[in-house]
Amino acid sequence: MNNFVILPILIPLLAAVALIFMNKRIMLTRVFSAAASVLAIVISGILVQTVFTKGVQTLNLGGWKAPYGIVLAADQFASLLVLTTAVIGLLIVLYSYRSIGEKRERSFYYSGVQFLLAGVSGAFLTGDLFNMYVFFELLLIASYMLIVLGGTKIQLRESLKYIVFNIVSSALFVIGVGFLYAVTGTLNMADLSVKISESGQTGLITVIGVLFLIVFGLKGGIFPFYFWLPGSYYAPPTAIAALFGALLTKVGLYAITRVFTLIFIHDTQFTHQLMMWLAALTILFGVIGSIAYSDVMKIVIYNIITAVGVILFGIAVNTPASIQGAIYYLIHDMLIKGALFMLAGTLITLTGTASLHKMSGLIKRYPVLGWMFLISAVSLAGIPPFSGFVGKFKIVEGGFAQGEFVISILVLLSSLLVLYSVLKIFMYAFWGEEKETPNQEKRTAKGLLYPAAVFLLLSLLFGLGTEYVSPYVNQAAETLLNPEKYIEAVLKE
Amino acid sequence: MEILMSVIAGIIFMAATYLLLSKSLLRVIIGTALLSHGVHLLLLTMGGLKKGAPPVLSEHAKAFVDPLPQALILTAIVISFGVTSFILVMAFRAYQELHTDDMDQMRGNDQHE
Repeated sequence: MNNFVILPILIPLLAAVALIFMNKRIMLTRVFSAAASVLAIVISGILVQTVFTKGVQTLNLGGWKAPYGIVLAADQFASLLVLTTAVIGLLIVLYSYRSIGEKRERSFYYSGVQFLLAGVSGAFLTGDLFNMYVFFELLLIASYMLIVLGGTKIQLRESLKYIVFNIVSSALFVIGVGFLYAVTGTLNMADLSVKISESGQTGLITVIGVLFLIVFGLKGGIFPFYFWLPGSYYAPPTAIAALFGALLTKVGLYAITRVFTLIFIHDTQFTHQLMMWLAALTILFGVIGSIAYSDVMKIVIYNIITAVGVILFGIAVNTPASIQGAIYYLIHDMLIKGALFMLAGTLITLTGTASLHKMSGLIKRYPVLGWMFLISAVSLAGIPPFSGFVGKFKIVEGGFAQGEFVISILVLLSSLLVLYSVLKIFMYAFWGEEKETPNQEKRTAKGLLYPAAVFLLLSLLFGLGTEYVSPYVNQAAETLLNPEKYIEAVLKE
Repeated sequence: MEILMSVIAGIIFMAATYLLLSKSLLRVIIGTALLSHGVHLLLLTMGGLKKGAPPVLSEHAKAFVDPLPQALILTAIVISFGVTSFILVMAFRAYQELHTDDMDQMRGNDQHE
């Protein structure tokens, strides 16, 4: 029992409510939302440390014991992701100051961001399947509002599709919950795990597992279900696209990890094999998309899909090395996607176009932006001193140890093509002769670059300081691989 | 009883899927509404439809129906209500701005910008 566990959800939630009332005073909302995010970072940092020293922290809401009430459970995996979420939240808020525009800021923008952060943190921390659905809806409704905020034509067009797909996937989520409740009679994840291991994982439960894979795959952008993602993420302004790219698909991945390391763990032969092939196809299609386009935003968006595939492969292999790798890569990818979206957005703001063929020679005018882009490109590809290396290395190590040679080699080859796709941006946009771009006035990029610089710094530290991060990641992987610890913490007495 | 309800839920899903795949935006929204009806019905059915008193303690009945699915459905209903009203308003706005309700004309390419 520890009331601390609810604070990472409560702070953004209360901040969002308070921000509704101070809507018209822009300076106040800016300062207030940044302050709330800083507080959220501090709180989640303390949570990570508490979980590290004392093990899984749980909170029975309302004092009802575990299977009967809703329980919040913070293991190290969830805590690390909550911390990353809080950091991303702050940086997005800071980036929004310069980029989002007053009209949107007056329309409850910061409130929407905080609601989304509350939903994401809640989805990470909850220990109850239906409660997870509710937090999913919280973050989705906030994302509906953010994706359409401003109401330009492309936003209206794309967000209609986004909403319809998400309504369908939410309906499937509830159907899955209903089936699982009918078979086991409980919704608490730890209790579900116990009930299923007692009765044995029958074919019916495996079917429900696959249904959940479809549901979370729709949220997370896995191979046959990623079709909504490129269009939807293309529509909103950069700050919002960065928020979505860094957080939303990762919630789907988190849910897959949680469900397939805690609940459906007795028929891994089938489910994990399925996940592995889906992961391979996700990587393949993501890579094809990212090399096919010459549009800065599309390239970055398709790189999300590739990364989702790599992480899914790490989860599917299900060995200590690969799970650790998946956790490293997940955190790295949240940070680096935030940076990449911001840099790509800055590039588009500066040149006034998203097409690579219309820009060139920017390195002379914007050297800092250029070198920052190069660093984020090489860390995305996983060049050793940078942050993407450890994760991919461990995932591939796990893959080879399990004898999954084909897909592991595919993961390695995908790095090459990912590097090609982002270096293409770098070479077209920054090298060459200076060209006249649609946006002639010489704008400065300074205010927009600071948040991206912090992202890059954090991801650099994450890559260089693996030694300091690894105890936390190891603990997270250990709890994921031994669900007894989680179950014991939730269902004690 | 459960079998009958499952078949009905199945028919609702069928109709919802058919509507979701149609051209007109309003039909798609009706499809999502039907889909959530089917889901809620399914949730009720999955909780079991055995006979019992309504889950109110003051009645001195021996058996009650399962209260949990009812709470879940109530939550799911308000959520889908919120989302449906949001998408209806968005469809209205889209009709005002884009002057069409044909999903085929809402393709994502830059010519429509």
